[in-house]
Amino acid sequence: MSPQKRVKDSKAQKRTSQDSDSYKTNLLALKEEDLNDSKCSLKHGQNDPVKDYGHADDEAEDALKRAVRYFEKGPVETSRSRDKTLEKHLKTVENVAWKSGLAPEGIDILLNVALSGKFGNVVNTRILKCMIPTTLISEDSVVKAVSWLCVGKCSGSTKVLFYRWLVAMFDFIDHKEQINLLYGFFFASLEDDALCPYVCHLLYLLTRKENVKPFRVRKLLGLQAKMGMQPHLQALLSLYKFFAPTLISVSLPARKKIYFRNSENLWETALLAVRQRIQGPPPEPVKLMLGPANVHPVKRKWNSYSVIPMLNSSSCSKECGKKGMALSDYLRSNGSFPLEQLKSFPQLLKNIHSLELPSQMGAVLNNSLLLHYINIVKDESILLRLYHWLSQTLQEECIWYKVNNYEHGKEFANLLDTIIRAEYFLQEGFYSCETFLYKSLPLWDGLCCRSQFLQLVSWIPFSSFSEVKPLLFDHLAQLFFISTIYFKCSVLQSLKELLQNWLLWLSTDIHMKPVMDSPLDTTLGGSMNTVSELIDYIGWLSTTAMRLESNNTFLLHFILDFYEKVCDIYVNYNLPLVVLFPPGIFYPALLSLDSSILNQLCYIMDRYRKNLTAAKKNELVQKTKSEFNFSTKTYKEFNHYLTVMVGCLWTSKPFQKGLYIDHEVIEKAGVAEYKSSLNLVHHPALLSYTVSFLLQEWPEERRVNMSSVRGKKWNWYLDYLFSEGLQGLKLFIRSSIHRSSTPLTREHKPHHQH
Amino acid sequence: MDPYDTPESTPRHGASSRLKDYFIGATPLRKRLEAVRKQASFVPTPPRRKIPQCSQLQEDNDPQKFAFLLHKQWTLYSLTPLYKFSYTNLKEYSRLLSAFIAAEKQKGLAVEVGEDFNIKVTFSTLLGMKGTQRDPEAFLVQILSKSQLPSENRGQKVLWTGWFCCVFGDSLLETVPEDFTCVPLFLANGAETNTAIVGTWFQETFDCHFSSLAINAFNLSWMAAMWTACKMDQYMATTEFLWSVPCSPQSLDISYAIHPEDAKALWDSVHKTPGEVTQEEVDLFMDCLYSHFHRHFKIHLSATRLVRVSTSVASAHTDGKIKILCHKYLIGILAYLTELAIFQID
Repeated sequence: MSPQKRVKDSKAQKRTSQDSDSYKTNLLALKEEDLNDSKCSLKHGQNDPVKDYGHADDEAEDALKRAVRYFEKGPVETSRSRDKTLEKHLKTVENVAWKSGLAPEGIDILLNVALSGKFGNVVNTRILKCMIPTTLISEDSVVKAVSWLCVGKCSGSTKVLFYRWLVAMFDFIDHKEQINLLYGFFFASLEDDALCPYVCHLLYLLTRKENVKPFRVRKLLGLQAKMGMQPHLQALLSLYKFFAPTLISVSLPARKKIYFRNSENLWETALLAVRQRIQGPPPEPVKLMLGPANVHPVKRKWNSYSVIPMLNSSSCSKECGKKGMALSDYLRSNGSFPLEQLKSFPQLLKNIHSLELPSQMGAVLNNSLLLHYINIVKDESILLRLYHWLSQTLQEECIWYKVNNYEHGKEFANLLDTIIRAEYFLQEGFYSCETFLYKSLPLWDGLCCRSQFLQLVSWIPFSSFSEVKPLLFDHLAQLFFISTIYFKCSVLQSLKELLQNWLLWLSTDIHMKPVMDSPLDTTLGGSMNTVSELIDYIGWLSTTAMRLESNNTFLLHFILDFYEKVCDIYVNYNLPLVVLFPPGIFYPALLSLDSSILNQLCYIMDRYRKNLTAAKKNELVQKTKSEFNFSTKTYKEFNHYLTVMVGCLWTSKPFQKGLYIDHEVIEKAGVAEYKSSLNLVHHPALLSYTVSFLLQEWPEERRVNMSSVRGKKWNWYLDYLFSEGLQGLKLFIRSSIHRSSTPLTREHKPHHQH
Repeated sequence: MDPYDTPESTPRHGASSRLKDYFIGATPLRKRLEAVRKQASFVPTPPRRKIPQCSQLQEDNDPQKFAFLLHKQWTLYSLTPLYKFSYTNLKEYSRLLSAFIAAEKQKGLAVEVGEDFNIKVTFSTLLGMKGTQRDPEAFLVQILSKSQLPSENRGQKVLWTGWFCCVFGDSLLETVPEDFTCVPLFLANGAETNTAIVGTWFQETFDCHFSSLAINAFNLSWMAAMWTACKMDQYMATTEFLWSVPCSPQSLDISYAIHPEDAKALWDSVHKTPGEVTQEEVDLFMDCLYSHFHRHFKIHLSATRLVRVSTSVASAHTDGKIKILCHKYLIGILAYLTELAIFQID
């Protein structure tokens, strides 16, 4: 990008370059006749890319022009409609001023009007209140305005307002040399009791070392003796004392307090708007901004206001060796792109090779554009800087490291939230968070920042399970077993997310990268082992939890949610892995009293079937990849589950194989005919559906006869179940059960895989 | 072990093999991760350490050179590696840091460039303060007051001192690429506001992070044992332990002073492996002290918290404060502190 173009693009640059005329907004047209052509064309050239000149803009501009002319000429005494016109013009000026600010010329004219006393006090006040610059105020205007103060045409209250305005707008005045020459005049105004606080504030801003003179010190001390310890006088005195310690021997309170209050509040929103105009629009649409506002309570011991450092590219270390260079030179010279100007994604793309990095890498957490950059950058030192900063910050902020120090809990949670947002944005975990978990998990009480902490777990970067298990999962398991069912559910939820993140990472990365012939866990097979170990581990956790919580339905939902992910790995992520659920999950789910559990189980079985079928098909096609052939054990296991399910739901022949139930037990339970007691009609989870179905279809029947559901009725019943939303069941039956074409018979047999 | 034996540096991996590095754990980040994993899965401290040897300071060292670092109380900090720190720029850093301090001290006031602020900052290296050749040079930062009266020009008063060092920091050096300077141990003496300002400047300039380095009771016992084990020509101070009993409203402190020769005799009786200190010996040493105390006062010191250890070699407080008394063992003391600092930043 050429330097000229950059000047055009960025407002900050425009401000620093003095040669280009920065006073050109709409009001410039006022004095069009005075300006030469080149300036006019420059103005249009400047504004064209920014916005189209719509009619509305033209009209507003004209109205403002007329209003300013009106004020410049002064009131026309005779007209009866004077008040109306005046009001209209005032409104116009106010609207423009608060909306987009006034150009220096406009402020120059109107300031004159307000202080010359052409209009009444009320009008002057209103004009002064809306002296809001677009970006800058010319020094001359201020000097002229001050000269009006000497004439005595304006009232005391107007003077007060003027000083307050001057203090508020001080930073936007382009130069201060001339104003400083008026130091004596301002100083003399201290005599005026009403003005004194405001003049003090102005002097506080204006004072330089050479302004501090013995006679002024005497005067100030005299005033202080007269008026007592006023905070504004104290402020000025302490400033004087700072510049000339030898001149002032009185002791001033060392602790700083608020010297000046409320002098800005009239223009607070306006000031914000002006600053924003100067600094450019907020960098990103709100939803992309990751961080909270930069406001943090000032509590940090090392005077940084927030845990996360501010974005700042002007690092001293880079400045070194380029002594004597003005900042603007520096910005332009080496072609690097300052971070402060980075506002949009296209800008990032354009400048990606010359981007200046933040002096503190931690700042990227709050900036989504830089997170993009971090994501693709190959420079290890950038990541290492982030790693060190983040590890230390987490360690320092972690509240359960400090005894009885829970007051920063909210702040810690906020920090974790920011980190998690960044991880989610990158779809990748930070190593620092992983190491933080190693250290902090053994000390965690399972309560503090639980949701954040478990989310951190779900973003652990992919790594060898056997390595991570003793550091992480074993500690988590201890908490898991002794905590409430809700905690168990949250842990399972976050482990499901962890699995998902790992699968995503593997499915995008492994397939792109060449499979290395080096250590085991870098190969696809090694990775698959790790994933299956993780799944087995979560399966073990789930089985134990089911036993501990006596087959709680709520818990079972979370477990099945997890297996919904697991069963689809082959198809969804294109990874050669199918892991079945353990019997400790399958049987409780199959015999659950809850129809939605049964439905979910059916769905999962259907997905397993689709994945295994796809795997089988692939194996037949490419015989080479023998490494990833699924063992016949997996197929056998699946077929066993399938047989049991079909037996329990369809053929009424439950548990024919592999399960022996003592006849006595069955007699005791009073279900001697258990063989016919378990099918879609009699399944405890579906009983209520059967009854509703029968009542709905044959309301006249006096007795509900369940065993009547057969043949045609069986099919109607099925349709009824499907219409009740049992979609998983529908999929399962459609795919796994071959129904004979004749609807009358009930001969069905499971479709075996192998 | 000869400190010079360590090889200069390990060969660096080229950019082309980065992808592979990532997988086999050879990138700095992977290395750090491996290190932390190792550390988290085993007992954090090695069961044995060397007794500080007086010969460890490099020969070209004038014994009085570091005298000004002794007999002062230092507050300890751990520090992550400095990014793009260069020993050739120390002059420039002095200039920048003094400007930064001036600006910080007058926050809210306009600071004119080139103005005199009655303070001066100096950076200088502490040549030779290292364990191996690989350790980066230690360096010193001082804030000096410029005197107001011209006649006093010569006597500049030191307002604040801080120094950065790395003694036997191999475990950290191995995992950090050359853009970084590893000086994990930072010691400061002077007003904390100054420490904060200097620290902030370093953090902003070299993207590093300071944390206070507290010393837990476990490590204090190690210090007690190692320092008692040091051979001394003459003892300058009694060996003293301070235990704190947490009780309300005010905690109770128990001080336990022993004649240093008695302490040494006790140590010699539990000490077996020459030149080394083992975990068992440390435990035994402390247990002897405990049982002796219990015999007289019927108080189980092991149930309280050790907060301070003072010996003729050095004294250390659990808050992370240290005072070094004996010049001979300076390097040995710093080596242990460096180890603690590295443990904290891992």
